[in-house]
Amino acid sequence: MKPFTYERPADVAEALAMAAAVPGSRFLAGGTNLVDLMKLQIEQPTHLVDVSRLPLAEIAETAEGGLRLGATTTNSQVAADMKVRARYPALAQAILSGASGQLRNKATTAGNLLQRTRCAYFYDTTKPCNKRQPGAGCAAIGGIYANTAIFGSSEACIATHPSDMAVAMSALDAQVEIAGPNGQERAISLEALHRLPGETPHIETSLQPGEMITAVVLPPPPPGGQIYRKARERASYAFAIGSVAVAGGKVALGAVAHKPWRARAAEQALADGANPAEAMAAELSSAKPDGHNDFKLKLMARLGAACLTTTGAGDGQ
Amino acid sequence: MKTHFTINGQAASLDLDPRTTLLDALRERLDLKGSKKGCDHGQCGACTVLVNGQRINACLSLAVTHEGDEITTIEGLAQGEALHPVQAAFLEHDAFQCGYCTPGQICSTIGMLKEAADGWASLATDDLTADTVLTDEEIRERMSGNLCRCSAYPQILAAIRSAGGLA
Ligand SMILES: Cc1cc2nc3c(=O)[nH]c(=O)nc-3n(C[C@H](O)[C@H](O)[C@H](O)COP(=O)(O)OP(=O)(O)OC[C@H]3O[C@@H](n4cnc5c(N)ncnc54)[C@H](O)[C@@H]3O)c2cc1C
Ligand code: SF4
Ligand code: FES
Ligand code: FES
Repeated sequence: MKPFTYERPADVAEALAMAAAVPGSRFLAGGTNLVDLMKLQIEQPTHLVDVSRLPLAEIAETAEGGLRLGATTTNSQVAADMKVRARYPALAQAILSGASGQLRNKATTAGNLLQRTRCAYFYDTTKPCNKRQPGAGCAAIGGIYANTAIFGSSEACIATHPSDMAVAMSALDAQVEIAGPNGQERAISLEALHRLPGETPHIETSLQPGEMITAVVLPPPPPGGQIYRKARERASYAFAIGSVAVAGGKVALGAVAHKPWRARAAEQALADGANPAEAMAAELSSAKPDGHNDFKLKLMARLGAACLTTTGAGDGQ
Repeated sequence: MKTHFTINGQAASLDLDPRTTLLDALRERLDLKGSKKGCDHGQCGACTVLVNGQRINACLSLAVTHEGDEITTIEGLAQGEALHPVQAAFLEHDAFQCGYCTPGQICSTIGMLKEAADGWASLATDDLTADTVLTDEEIRERMSGNLCRCSAYPQILAAIRSAGGLA
C-alpha cells in the first residue's frame, strides 16, 4: 500500500469537510473493496476519511411507506432486518447471495453500490486497462476473461458491475441520497448512479468529487412477487456470472453490463401480455455478446424466464 | 497513530502505521499468530476473528479503524485448560488435517452460531421470515466464507452440527 493519512469524523458535515480539505481523499466504509484494491495499488488514496462510525446506520420507515437504509448500514444488518425480509425479499436474497458472512458484516450499503468491477484485467496490473489507466487500452477485449458485458459496453471497456444488492435495488426503483461538500443535498434514482463506460470507463458514477452517499431510499414495495436469483461458477461465495431481480412487473439483470441493467424491454413486453420467455427474448434481442460471453444469452433467457414464472409476473398484473 | 483496543480481554494500545491491517497488527505486533494469512484478500476466511462478537476478515480491515473495539482471536477462546465448546467439537470430530484454516473456521463458527441464534437468514433459508433452523444446507451456506484446502468439510460440518447451540 502507498502511504496515506487517516481521520475519523463525528458527523456528515465533518466528513465532507475532511475529504474536501485533502486532494486525493477517499471515504472508507467497510474497506472490503477499497483496502483490497489499495493493497494492489490499483487504488492509491492519499487520505482516508472513515465514515463507518457516522450516525448513518439506521433502517427507518419513510412517510411514503418505504424504508430508508442509512449509508453505513451493513449488508448483514439490512439482510437480517425483518422489515426488509418481509417487504423486500428480493433485496434480502440479493444481499445474502453476495460475498460471505464475514464480508457482509463489514460491507455497507454505500460501499456495496460503489464497489469496483471484478474484471480480471482490471486486477492484473501487468495488463492494459482503460479503467485503471485511461487511454492504456483494454486487455479484456479479445482476452480470455468471459464474465463481461452483453449490454451497453464500449470500445473502451466491456466490464460488468459486480454488485448483487444493487440489482435488486434497481428493480425496486431505489433512490440514492447524496450530500455534497458545500452542504448541498440531492437525490437521484439508483439507475442514474452508475454510468455506462463510453469513452471514460474510469468515471463510474454520477457522483461529483467530494460527494457522499448518505442513504438509499426504497419506495413502498410494488404489488406482485419478488425474487433474486444468481448464477455463478460455484454454489456460494462467488460473484455472479448472471443474475435476475424481479419486483412485481420490474426486472433488473446483473453481471451483464457496467451497471445494474434495468430490463425495460422485458417490462414493456410483460405489460403487453408477453409470457416470461417472450419477455426475456424481447430484452435479449438488443444484447451484443462478443464471442467469449455468448453463454450469457441462454443463461439470462433461462434464468429470467424462471424468475418471472416463479413470481407470476405477467400473469395479468 | 495511537490505537487502543481490547484483545482477548486485555487492553492493548499500539502506535500504528495506518496501512497496518488488523491481521498484521495481531500477528506482527502482538505476536498472536493463531489468525492465519491465507490470501490477504478476503477470499479464504483463514484470518477470521470476532470484533464486538461479529466475525470479520481481519485481512481487509485497517487496524486503526478498531479504536475501542473488543477483539477475540483463537488464542482467547479457551478458559485456561478448558477448551471452548466449538474448539472441543472440532477436536472430537477430527475437523482438520493441516490445521491452517482451523482458527478461522472456529472463530467463524462462533460468529455464525450467534447470527443464527439472533434469527439471521441465509441464502439457504426458504422462508425468510421463519425461525432459523440450522440444517446441514444452512451450515454449509453460512460457512462458505471459510475455505479448507484439505477439504475437511464433512468433519467440519459434523463438528458444527454438534457444537450448534453451545457457542
Ligand atoms: C472475496 C470477496 C467476494 C465478494 N463477493 C461478492 C458478491 O458475490 N456479490 C457482491 O455484490 N459483492 C461481493 N463482494 C464485494 C463486497 O460486497 C464489497 O466489497 C462491499 O460491499 C463494499 O462495501 P464496503 O463498505 O466494504 O466498501 P469500501 O471498500 O469501504 O468502499 C468501497 C467504495 O465506496 C466508497 N464509499 C464507501 N462509503 C461511501 C459513502 N458513504 N459515500 C461515498 N463513497 C463511499 C469508497 O470510497 C470506495 O470507493 C465480495 C468481496 C470480496 C472481497
Ligand atoms: S473491460 Fe474495462 S476493466 Fe476490464 S480491462 Fe477492459 S477497460 Fe479494464
Ligand atoms: S487471509 Fe483474510 S480472507 Fe484470506
Ligand atoms: S485443515 Fe488444512 S486447510 Fe483446512
